[in-house]
Amino acid sequence: MKMSRFNVVSLTLGFAFLYLPILILITYSFNESRLVTVWGGFSTKWYGVLFQDERFLGAAWVTFYVAFISASIATVLGTMAAYVLVRGAKFRGRTLFSGMIYAPLVMPEVITGLSLLLLFISIGLDRGGFTIILAHATFSMCYVSVVVSSRLVSFDRSLEEAALDLGATGWQAFRLVTLPIIAPAVAAGWLLGFTLSLDDLVIASFVSGPGATTLPMRIFSEVRLGVSPKINALSAILIGMVALGVIVASLTTKRAAQRP
Amino acid sequence: MTDDVFAPWNDPGQSPLIRYANVTKKFGEFTAIDNVSIDIFPGEFFALLGPSGCGKTTLMRMLAGFETPTSGIISLGGQDMGNVPPNKRPVNMMFQSYALFPHMNVWDNIAFGLRRDGLPKDQVAARVEEMLRLVQLQKFAKRKPDAISGGQRQRVALARSLAKAPKVLLLDEPLGALDKKLRQETQFELVDIQEKTGTTFMIVTHDQEEAMTVSTRIAVMDEGIIKQIDTPASLYEAPNSRYVADFIGDVNLIEGDWRGDTLHWAEGQTPLAVQSDAPVGKAWLALRPEKIAISKDQAKADNAIPGQVIDIAYLGNLSTYVVEIPGGQKIRAQATNARRLSRRDITWNDTVWLSWTSTAGLVLSE
Repeated sequence: MKMSRFNVVSLTLGFAFLYLPILILITYSFNESRLVTVWGGFSTKWYGVLFQDERFLGAAWVTFYVAFISASIATVLGTMAAYVLVRGAKFRGRTLFSGMIYAPLVMPEVITGLSLLLLFISIGLDRGGFTIILAHATFSMCYVSVVVSSRLVSFDRSLEEAALDLGATGWQAFRLVTLPIIAPAVAAGWLLGFTLSLDDLVIASFVSGPGATTLPMRIFSEVRLGVSPKINALSAILIGMVALGVIVASLTTKRAAQRP
Repeated sequence: MTDDVFAPWNDPGQSPLIRYANVTKKFGEFTAIDNVSIDIFPGEFFALLGPSGCGKTTLMRMLAGFETPTSGIISLGGQDMGNVPPNKRPVNMMFQSYALFPHMNVWDNIAFGLRRDGLPKDQVAARVEEMLRLVQLQKFAKRKPDAISGGQRQRVALARSLAKAPKVLLLDEPLGALDKKLRQETQFELVDIQEKTGTTFMIVTHDQEEAMTVSTRIAVMDEGIIKQIDTPASLYEAPNSRYVADFIGDVNLIEGDWRGDTLHWAEGQTPLAVQSDAPVGKAWLALRPEKIAISKDQAKADNAIPGQVIDIAYLGNLSTYVVEIPGGQKIRAQATNARRLSRRDITWNDTVWLSWTSTAGLVLSE
């Protein structure tokens, strides 16, 4: 079907609104000039500069391991929570718990960050990479459990009963039947958690301590002193990674949905 | 054939394999199963028959261990199953949805239960091959469940549930998803496999024809209560209530006042003669359509009522005539079309006579 002129225009406008800033950022990351807003020809030199900057490499490493570990913790906890809430025996307040697991999705990040900070201070936990991991695992877990529970809801319960009936223990039924079938949703949840951790600034700023600076924190503090083309290059890389994560996550979810 | 003497339920020396003793199951305020007692004997093909929501599936799931009775005892081979979890019961179930594991191929699906028992590899392989042969699916061993047809999936599910040689095989609406032709073939296959393996089968179905075809005995259920347990023939010929008479096959019910030898059914009409020892009082005469003869002239029979043909259903081998008798009730009478174009002398609006013997019907006071 051919799109009407109106549709073409509105679609173009909409996407321009969404992606023009990002496009400009990526374009300027290949700028030869030292001045961020003046085009001085194509160059990849800022990427080179970036990869020689120890502070950026350190922040990249922190960001990566925080994202990796927090996503893994969130996946285990989120899958368990989803399993209990969807599958477990009905208990008092189950609906309340199901609702509460979604609440952090809409909670202002400032509040999440502040409350976690207060918690870490009150239990006397030294702030650093570890506390960022805990904080990120906390909010990623909600996303994982949302993704996994939507898969579990459409899952034929008699498959687990069949496994039990054939002599499997509860754990075997989960490991051999349930988990392989919901695996794509679990993987999508992990990728989502990884991506969320990668681009979080607010919560990380609250709960981090000396020596644990993530890339978004680094960028933010650099930009306050003035935007350098190096930042554009870094942002372009981050955008690429996040986009990749989201695409893979949505593809695995789609594949999961197509399975019976 | 020794089939006709297989009646362990009449033999007081036999002990049942499965025993439901005063089993009640409540879901909150709702009573799904109300004080049910059944004895099922080794080698039986036992059917639980009833409309959807009558509790038949719940009754079966309690034996598999997926539901716990609110009160009463279920025992298997004399052992109380109360505290035995589903994975420790010598019972396997074939699910209505088949519940084949989508990420495993046919071979691995059938091997699943055997591997859980920790059987050595060569024994697992031998047993799986045997099962594949039994259901004639050797060629499809490496296929995933979504790459085979519905009928084949049904057979995989059967093979998987039989692989562990359970004492009892439970079948939950096993043929519900198949089309009519395939369903009929599969019914005979099921009976065949049941006889070959000697396993006790318990089937849940809402299809009375299916229950009649496959089972040794049928329990007719309604709203959590067993209405009658008997062989298919006895249920058909000697139902104990209007509910059973109506559920099993087609029946005409004529209401009247039963006086011990005749049923007074309408003012000014000859009472109907029936041989029955039912208690006197309000009762119903249950008459199967095929036991009523239809003719243009008054036949010499124990009972004959005039009426008017208001509908004829031609079913090929049979024709069903709907006849309105005095008082306005519509009676269905069936005649075989033994000759081509026979009975063409009876047509719509004709006045006809319905006749039957005094032993053709049954007096039901319930």
